Amino acid sequence: MSTTTEETSSEAAVVATGIGKTFDTRDGEVQALTGVDLEITAGEFVSLIGPSGCGKSTLMRLIADLDSPTEGTLEVFGKSPAQARRDQDYGIAFQQAGLLPWRTVGANIGVPLELHGVARPDREKRVAELAELVGLTDFIDRYPDQLSGGMQQRVAIARSLAEQPRLLLMDEPFGALDEMTRERMQAELARIVGESGAAVVFVTHSIPEAVFLSDRVVVLSARPGRITGVVDIGIGRDVHRDEALRETAGFFEKVTEVREALHGTPVTAAAREAR
Amino acid sequence: MTTEQASLRTGRPRARTRGAQLRATAFGLLGIISVAVLWEVYKAVAPENGVVIAGTRVLPRTTDLAMPHTWEMVARLLEPTTSQAGAAPLWLTVAEAALLSLGIAAVGWLVGTVVGVGLGLLMQFFQVVERGLLPWIVLSQTVPLIAFAPVVRSWGSRIEILGWQWPQWLSVAVIASYLAFFPVAIGMLKGLQSPQRTHLELMHTYAASRWATLRTVRLPAAVPYLLPALRLGAASAVVGTVVAEVSTGYLDGIGRQLISFAGQASGDPAKAWAPIFGAIALGLVAAGLVGLIGLALRTYRRGEAA
Ligand SMILES: Nc1ncnc2c1ncn2[C@@H]1O[C@H](COP(=O)(O)OP(=O)(O)OP(=O)(O)O)[C@@H](O)[C@H]1O
Ligand SMILES: [Mg+2]
Repeated sequence: MSTTTEETSSEAAVVATGIGKTFDTRDGEVQALTGVDLEITAGEFVSLIGPSGCGKSTLMRLIADLDSPTEGTLEVFGKSPAQARRDQDYGIAFQQAGLLPWRTVGANIGVPLELHGVARPDREKRVAELAELVGLTDFIDRYPDQLSGGMQQRVAIARSLAEQPRLLLMDEPFGALDEMTRERMQAELARIVGESGAAVVFVTHSIPEAVFLSDRVVVLSARPGRITGVVDIGIGRDVHRDEALRETAGFFEKVTEVREALHGTPVTAAAREAR
Repeated sequence: MTTEQASLRTGRPRARTRGAQLRATAFGLLGIISVAVLWEVYKAVAPENGVVIAGTRVLPRTTDLAMPHTWEMVARLLEPTTSQAGAAPLWLTVAEAALLSLGIAAVGWLVGTVVGVGLGLLMQFFQVVERGLLPWIVLSQTVPLIAFAPVVRSWGSRIEILGWQWPQWLSVAVIASYLAFFPVAIGMLKGLQSPQRTHLELMHTYAASRWATLRTVRLPAAVPYLLPALRLGAASAVVGTVVAEVSTGYLDGIGRQLISFAGQASGDPAKAWAPIFGAIALGLVAAGLVGLIGLALRTYRRGEAA
């Protein structure tokens, strides 16, 4: 984080310095985040993991300029989050797919393109590409209520990729999926991100998911959210992420390491045995 | 298989299957028949003078004057309107008046809808307007129609632009629109405020302008709220037209016909019922026409299920 030198900061996708966020609610102040320092370089895949309510979504919303920090400074590609948003530097996928029910799959994927004045022929071409990417070519004229939850989520991911953003913000995008679909989607996302070269901030509750996808896993503590550990996963970007990877010893090691960071204490060998 | 299951299978929400359509028609007919049967049964068994409790008549008289037989009412429709030679059949006279009123109500509804949608948009766009205007809109509906109908009429009669004289029917339409705009304005505002937070936040992340957000999210989301409001508006426009015809003394519509035929009821009791049927048919046609709009916009009702 702070170890990175000045010249590489031009390559940083996100730089957070001393970020704090306090919500004013009716029953007093809620401190969601405090003293968060984080630097995410371009093209890096970073997962945020931590107990429920620790401020993961809040941090993501700050980066997306859906909310503003009460302390510290935040830069997205060297700009203010508001400017980065206006420049469309990021794509976002929420926990709920958030598709417009009156639009077909194709029209939903095309929403950002339409809003930003991409001409119809170019738009249709790009939408077809994206539908292909997420494996929904045959469903392009269907409506969201005709899709399964997993398919809806894939539409949302395609939509977030529509303008080839340099930064992808994903808040538990696979939270609602069953384990099998989830693992398939993880592999698909790894492939898609590998092809696009975008930096990703990925919120998840699943340790294996975080390890499988990430270059770095950032562990947050319970409220108020603070960064308590950062685990370098060390599986290169060029490594093909498939089912075999999940079975390797290195993978298990990293899962354990993240779990230990999350629990705050080393998981003893005995406890590991018992499990 | 229920309609629900059928529509799930076709993936078309609320699209009626042929069987469901037939069933709906059958139920409609059954309703009409049971009203007629009830009418005749009551007429046959109830005392001539109705039921009077403590000096108040709680059930009507059953004399032929007060309650003509249903078949007499139907038969009367086919007979000439008046005893004069060459008089048109009663149903035609009523239908002509009803059609004229329908036209006036349609103009009133259209004006009311435009005004209502406009006010809804304005209130959504500017919160100040909502806070300042909404109470007045609600208040506007408490003014009794009878009170201002003659005022509108007398204002109208004074309007003359370049030789064009404000026609009396336009006063009736204006009064109808006064009733029709209210549900539309409220429904539109509610609808425009209805989008999910995620949808609005998504628009924010796209740096979409208010206008773009309106077009892409708010207007489509408003449709499920707007459709019932339009139906309510149509019903209000019809009622407004009939009442305004009476209170402004407009002679050619169904409203005036209701009064004048009722005046002839002592000599021709079945005739008085004809314009009532006309008014009912008028309401049904108006509701049906608005239903067609709902059919055209059915894509936007998918949100209702989700
Ligand atoms: N708009 C808000 N107003 C008040 N408090 C809020 C608001 N948004 C979040 N919070 C509070 O901030 C804290 C962090 O919330 P956040 O949604 O970021 O948690 P999270 O880590 O994403 O949790 P989860 O894993 O359950 O999604 C919570 O205690 C929450 O109650
Ligand atoms: Mg969250």
